[in-house]
Amino acid sequence: MSDPLFGAMRQSIIDGAPDTATELAQQALANGIDPLEAVNQGFAAGIKFAGDQFGCGEMFLPDLLASAEAMKAAIKILEPEMLKRGSEREALGKIVLGTARGDIHDIGKNLVATILSASGFQIFDLGTSVTPERFVAKAKEVDADIVGVSALLTTTMAGQKAVIEALDRNGLRPRVKAIIGGAAVTAKWAAEIGADGYSRNAIDALELAKNLMGKVMNVVTSKGTAQA
Amino acid sequence: MRPRIQLLSPEVIGRILREAFELLMSPGVRVGSAPVVELLRSAGVEVLAGVADNDGVARIPERLVQQCLASAPRDFYLYNRQGEKAVHYGGDDVHFDPGSCCVQMLDPETLEARPSEIRDLVRIVQVTETLPQFAAQSTAVVCNDACSDACSDRRAASAIGDLYRLFVVLQHSNKPVVTGSFSAAGLPGMIDLLAADSGSPDKLRQQPRAVFDVCPSPPLNWSEFGSRNLLDLARAGVPAQIVSMPLAGGTAPVTLAGSVTQHAAEVLAGITLHQLAGPGAPVVWGGAPAIFDMRTGGAPMGAVETAMLNMACAEVGKHLGLPTHGYLVATDSKLVDAQAGAESARSAMLGALAGINMISGAGMLESLASFSVEKLVIDAESIASAYRLARGIEVRGGEVRGEKVPRETLATAMFARTGLSGEFLQLKETRALFRQEQHLPSPVIDRSARLGASERRLRASSYPSRRTGQQVSEANSFRRRAAKVSGNRRSRS
Repeated sequence: MSDPLFGAMRQSIIDGAPDTATELAQQALANGIDPLEAVNQGFAAGIKFAGDQFGCGEMFLPDLLASAEAMKAAIKILEPEMLKRGSEREALGKIVLGTARGDIHDIGKNLVATILSASGFQIFDLGTSVTPERFVAKAKEVDADIVGVSALLTTTMAGQKAVIEALDRNGLRPRVKAIIGGAAVTAKWAAEIGADGYSRNAIDALELAKNLMGKVMNVVTSKGTAQA
Repeated sequence: MRPRIQLLSPEVIGRILREAFELLMSPGVRVGSAPVVELLRSAGVEVLAGVADNDGVARIPERLVQQCLASAPRDFYLYNRQGEKAVHYGGDDVHFDPGSCCVQMLDPETLEARPSEIRDLVRIVQVTETLPQFAAQSTAVVCNDACSDACSDRRAASAIGDLYRLFVVLQHSNKPVVTGSFSAAGLPGMIDLLAADSGSPDKLRQQPRAVFDVCPSPPLNWSEFGSRNLLDLARAGVPAQIVSMPLAGGTAPVTLAGSVTQHAAEVLAGITLHQLAGPGAPVVWGGAPAIFDMRTGGAPMGAVETAMLNMACAEVGKHLGLPTHGYLVATDSKLVDAQAGAESARSAMLGALAGINMISGAGMLESLASFSVEKLVIDAESIASAYRLARGIEVRGGEVRGEKVPRETLATAMFARTGLSGEFLQLKETRALFRQEQHLPSPVIDRSARLGASERRLRASSYPSRRTGQQVSEANSFRRRAAKVSGNRRSRS
């Protein structure tokens, strides 16, 4: 099914126009369109386009943030109806995010949170300078699939290692995946501290998270098989 | 405020012009064609007999030069194929075009220079067409394969070569063209071709699409073909760009001020010939001055003094209220390397800050002896940065991309919304204004984090559409890599 509204919805996200997105969401509800359809065929298509454009350098960080804001505005209108219909948009996964202990730089982490949340992940943002213990506690509390630790400075990158060690100590891995990011972070560092992945920007983080969710499912499935 | 650099005080400019006028009387200017001698004599200029029948030494009085300066237009436009104004010669407007008339091409595969060919010119024109930093095309390289078999006579080959180069550019471009003729005989055909492109000779006169470089020979010599080109262009009303090229220490005084003086005398003589033949015809105070390198005997186009000469010559032209031209964004390196980048970017910035109307030279290597498309693409980034610098720092505000941005404050209104959160990236002002504040470079400029080898491969295969037409060299090396990879795959399977 294709509705002319879907095209406009997609465009409102690409334009980063929260007011337009809100109006279109309201119109969709008034027309009796399934809110889940509106998200999947309309708004989410816009976020995907914006992400692709950012990935190849045609859109920029402020554009991407504006698109994410527009997405949030649309979801806010559609969510109550989705709950009512019992067709709540299934979260792609639960992700606990924060910056490493001692690091207060959170532009990158916020960007990742915004993009992942606009793309359908459920985000638990612990903010800045988060201790390994708080990461572990939150991951247990919400039954997280992924824990993401951001660090800008080479001096605070050690905090990423500490979080991964704490997750290991508490027996959360390999079910919970650990990902890292930040200006100084490299693939080599990620491998060295045993992270499950790292990405260089928010769009790549989205891909990474989606790929890892595939692996989470595999672990769950294979566990299930083993138990059976 | 628009940033500007000036190298000459008004007092020094006055001295330069006074001495230039003196040079036009003594030792005078060598003129090398009978029609030019006749034209000057009919204007009352004393022309002493020269060594050959048709040449002589003219003593051009200041009074006549001033009269010709008065009839030369202060500005004019070049038009694109659609008939729109595309280049404004005048004021402090700055434009760039690729260098012209290289005879060699840097082969991106072998990194050796080889004779340039038709296919090279086509490639240069096609790439230039896609780069907004270039307001005009140029007849960038000589097509050594254009008529090597058909024309045994060298002069005929040259005339056809000039015409053919222009034809190729017109065929593949919509932009205005900076061109020129290496012979007296070749020029009328080129003007006919442009008239055909415009629709008629009158249309060409009203909306010229091309400007012709015309070069005196240093010192103070208007050779046969150069001076006849000036006359033909003036009569056709097609813009002439006088490209005087003193070599400080070689064919001109070693002092920069002395070379600027010689440059002024040569261009003043050219403008006089030109305006006598066609009063009011558009003419440009141009140049390709350089220092003379005392180790190699060459003309180092990447030297900072060469840039200074170009800037100072343009200042004199601006003082006279004329449109200006210079030769910058070139390098003496043989490769597209660090030296090429440093020299080209530096002079692009200096030329832009000097407000030179047309700056030729991008893409050129080896002191103008060879051309590289890859360098042209990188130079376009230097030019973009130079444009950004020349725009200076502005107070922004008003209606921007549909957002109302307060003009009253520089920062306090934004802080009123962010507080101490530091969340500037989310502000509407950021999205509305960052494109004006920042030049957003093409992928030629690498600002990304360091990648591992596997990530580089992944990235190269993820965004194929970005490469086409934009980064020729990258596309080429990508194709080579891809061929290697598929070869490997085949051999494995």
